[in-house]
Amino acid sequence: MKNYLNHETTIWSWLSTKDHKRIGVMFLVSVTLFLLVGGVFALILRLEHLTPDSTIVSANMYNQLFTLHGVVMVWLFLIPAIPTGFGNFFLPIMLGAKDVAFPRLNLATLYIFWVGAIVMIYGILDRAADTGWTFYPPYSSVTYTKAGPVLLGVFILGWSTIITGVNFITTIHTLRAKGMRFMDMPLFAWALYGVSVIQILGTPVLGIVLLMVVMDHNFDWGLFDPARGGDPLIYQHIFWFYSHPAVYIMILPPMGVVSEIVSTMAHKNPLSYKAIAYSTFGIAFAGFLTWGHHMFTSGMSEFNAGIFGILSMTVAVFSAIKVFTWTGTLYKGSVWLRTPLLYIFAFLFLFIFGGMTGVAVAATSLDIHWHDTYFVVAHFHFIMVGASLTAFLAALYYWWPKITGRMYFEGWGVAGAVLVFLGFVGTFFPQFLLGNGGMPRRYYHYSEEFQALNVLSTAGSWVLGLGLLLVLVTLIWSLFTGEKAPANPWNSRSYEWMTPSPPPKENFFETPRIQRGPYDYHLPLERR
Amino acid sequence: MSAIPRLQHHFEDLPKQAHAAKLGMWLFLGSEALFFAGLFTLYAAYRAHHPEIFRLGVAHNDLVLGTVNTFILVTGSLLVSFAVNALRLGRRTWAILLTLGTALAGVAYLVIKGFEWARHMSEGIFPGGKGSFFVENPEPAWAIFYTAYYGLTGFHVIHVTVGVGILAWTAWWMHRERIGPAAAYKLAIVSLYWHFVDIVWLFLWPLFYLLRNPA
Amino acid sequence: MNDFLRRLLYLPEQASSVAGEIDTLHFFVIGITMMGATGVFVAAVWWSVRYRARTLDELATTPRVQAGLAVEGGLLAFLIVLFIVFWVVGFTQFLRIRVPPKDAMVVYVTGKQWMWKFAYPEGKQTINTLVVPAERDVHLVMTSRDVIHSFYVPAFRIKQDVLPGRYYSMWFRAVRPGTYRIFCAEYCGLMHSAMLGDVVALDPDDFQLWLEGEPLESFVDLPPGPDRGGVVTQLGPDLADYPRGIPEASPPRSMADHGREVAALKGCLACHTLDGQPHIGPTWRNLWYRETTLDDGRVVIADEAYLTRSMMDPMLELVQGYAPVMPTYQGLLDPAEVGAILELIRTLSEPLPTPARSPEPLVRPPLAPGTLDRVDPARALEFIRETSERTAP
Repeated sequence: MKNYLNHETTIWSWLSTKDHKRIGVMFLVSVTLFLLVGGVFALILRLEHLTPDSTIVSANMYNQLFTLHGVVMVWLFLIPAIPTGFGNFFLPIMLGAKDVAFPRLNLATLYIFWVGAIVMIYGILDRAADTGWTFYPPYSSVTYTKAGPVLLGVFILGWSTIITGVNFITTIHTLRAKGMRFMDMPLFAWALYGVSVIQILGTPVLGIVLLMVVMDHNFDWGLFDPARGGDPLIYQHIFWFYSHPAVYIMILPPMGVVSEIVSTMAHKNPLSYKAIAYSTFGIAFAGFLTWGHHMFTSGMSEFNAGIFGILSMTVAVFSAIKVFTWTGTLYKGSVWLRTPLLYIFAFLFLFIFGGMTGVAVAATSLDIHWHDTYFVVAHFHFIMVGASLTAFLAALYYWWPKITGRMYFEGWGVAGAVLVFLGFVGTFFPQFLLGNGGMPRRYYHYSEEFQALNVLSTAGSWVLGLGLLLVLVTLIWSLFTGEKAPANPWNSRSYEWMTPSPPPKENFFETPRIQRGPYDYHLPLERR
Repeated sequence: MSAIPRLQHHFEDLPKQAHAAKLGMWLFLGSEALFFAGLFTLYAAYRAHHPEIFRLGVAHNDLVLGTVNTFILVTGSLLVSFAVNALRLGRRTWAILLTLGTALAGVAYLVIKGFEWARHMSEGIFPGGKGSFFVENPEPAWAIFYTAYYGLTGFHVIHVTVGVGILAWTAWWMHRERIGPAAAYKLAIVSLYWHFVDIVWLFLWPLFYLLRNPA
Repeated sequence: MNDFLRRLLYLPEQASSVAGEIDTLHFFVIGITMMGATGVFVAAVWWSVRYRARTLDELATTPRVQAGLAVEGGLLAFLIVLFIVFWVVGFTQFLRIRVPPKDAMVVYVTGKQWMWKFAYPEGKQTINTLVVPAERDVHLVMTSRDVIHSFYVPAFRIKQDVLPGRYYSMWFRAVRPGTYRIFCAEYCGLMHSAMLGDVVALDPDDFQLWLEGEPLESFVDLPPGPDRGGVVTQLGPDLADYPRGIPEASPPRSMADHGREVAALKGCLACHTLDGQPHIGPTWRNLWYRETTLDDGRVVIADEAYLTRSMMDPMLELVQGYAPVMPTYQGLLDPAEVGAILELIRTLSEPLPTPARSPEPLVRPPLAPGTLDRVDPARALEFIRETSERTAP
């Protein structure tokens, strides 16, 4: 049967496609590639930390590696992954539309992504930056490494993000099927709306401030040079004005995924649809007001520190509402314990723990001790890996049948999930303790008393790496020998399961009639 | 053939398609506004740090040229608005001429700006606090004032140049009848971009030319 | 209990006056949040097991359960109150950490790649070792010479970033004598992780003796580690209360000694060793007039001209095999100091190629105003006056 994958098979038909599903698949492959690249950098960093002094790389290389690990993971994986991969694929289908609002622009975002990635790779291979992913001046202005191409690569990638955001919001406003009001949309669409708002408003600020660093670094403009009237602190304010909302860019789509998977796997309506929808916008809005909590030790006034502290606490409340709603959705459901749900359990556990350490660092006096130590590193990895990456994997398994037309292997799925979870905890939990003990981050050499925990963390990283490898290999293997997937393997009520697996090029065989909500589990599944 | 735009397969009807294009452009302009916001923040912060020298720097800029530029850009905006209307009424020739007029206004702006920069450079003012001016005026704030000036106006110049290009391109398409009255929304979204560029200048003008008097 | 939790959480000793209360908040926040998190997660797993699907029948349905506004609102309110409580305690503690008490003893701190320099009002200067009296309030007035650094003492639970062009204020009181590690906590380049120091808190009487000239070694054993700078200068009796340029040392016995002093004060010894050990920069031992291969292949003789150029424009003629990290000393060394360093390098060769030159004059002018190399006393004074007018809650 002809579907979006096999109706045309030339390479040119892929490279010139306007089909949002093919674009989504190409993005998925791209971001997975960069997840592996960033992951290899991480493994080398952890290997280096087996001993307090030099182990396998020089200090210079170490500094470049942690910079690139951050840059690649944040901008080439975490930010694009779920929106451009799963968002592109499923948003139109979930809305009953045939494509996104601007399909050619959509393809352009893929090319812009690759141009940005190539510029960055050129920089990496030449004399990669060693400034940390935060590029603080004055160091970023004076470092002898080639920060320029890496910065420009990020700048270009920003355009891909912004255009995706424009596309998604326009799609949601203009292409919903007849009869679908905003409050009838699947929650994943709400998540994509929220993230698109942040992408449109926040990313340009990052773009301009990185351009300023390029001008300082390559052309000696001295915009942040105190000797020429500049102020490095302004950079921090402008940079974090974007980079704090950026972390919400990295968590809102995963939250959307969790909403979908919890309701489907529990065969239950969300405990409160409105709570999830509105808290998405609460996070998007409040997230723009809290950037100063990255700068408590930078010398801001006590008044500012107080304001940022309170606002940071508010954002945590919106996330907590979602957590309670998801947990409560399981109550009186009919729960299928399958691989996607296992990843959701991992998400819940790690997001809550990691999120609570976020609340802890918002208590200003505590942050003074923890800032720039491994405590913060552990906190954000709990969220970025423990929550975001976990949700990405959950989405991969959940939507694998729809995207590929094949079922994955459940046994291997469980094995992979267990390894990833255990490996993650083994890698990052010791880092909370390292931070408490005072080990600063970005440290090539560390004091001897920190060695035991570092060795533990490195061992954990091997388990995590193994788990991810297992996931990758077994998923690819299922492409060839997995059983053919039915249209709706999960008995879900959500709209993407109303069309065959894989979907036809036009998404639906006939224009969908939306007669019930995506979470109407109190009604029996419609027979087609 | 009078250029009825192709209805794309995923849109219900043409008005929906036009509406989507306009919404998309507004969202994009939102991102552009935040782009400039970062630069304005820089200016604001540094002016707060060094109010007197910034004031003197603004006074040193040519008020006449700055104001002429304002008139030029606003006139251009007016012309392109008339062009959209003309196109809707089917007056293709007028639409093309008015659009080209706006592009010309943009070019005039660029010429004047170039002239201003050349004059600054001949006085020994270069970005990064380089040049003889900064030897005579060693107070560090001068360097940051002029670097911010070059940065902000330079960034705006890039946008004006892009605008001129897109206007010329649109005029060409109107000439080739690929954009006709039914596709006037395409000219409308281009004009939106031009209006945005104009509005940014309406902020740059006071910051760099008008705020020159003692408080 | 406090100590048990402290050890469980791998926290360092509570060596400052604020560490105890900060740790208490730490235990409170982490305890409550971890309990809450565990509770939620256990509920999720429990319900998943309790309500696991008994049948995979397509026609199965579940009841439509919606949380009422009361439940949602109640949960919201509870969390907001809890988090605000955390914030209130944290913020009041923060104010106590930030506002230095009146009459605290002042020490001036400069961070630079890759060391900490401390200057006392009495004129003493040290590198990497901050000697303070225990049980007394110490007020640090800090800045950076080049890039952003951060002064962090885990045992005190205090940290402050230092940026160039600005002054910062931080205070602490060590509750007992001891040696406490200082880390740089803001990435600052190649040797960021080697920018280590120690706070040595002495008994107040011992501190007085140290100020008057007793060597530090007679009070404590300094821990080993990379690049211990130690105490650099001792001072004469009649000096004003605030630093006025590099304090005059006892007359150097020779120009080479003066060169040794300058090399220590200006940070050359952070990267160049005097005894032949390989380090970040080439060693000065046997460097004089040595054939040196540059990174572009040329071979030069390390004569006075080359060595001077290397101080003023290090990137121009980089020695092969070394990282390009040396900062320029243009404007930071006056000709007499350059000459002294050259003389020092000359004396580190064996055998001495030429007879020693005559010793250099005793009186040296202070640094030109406006350089970031030392704290500007007028500005620092103003700053202290301003900050000491505030009181802690």
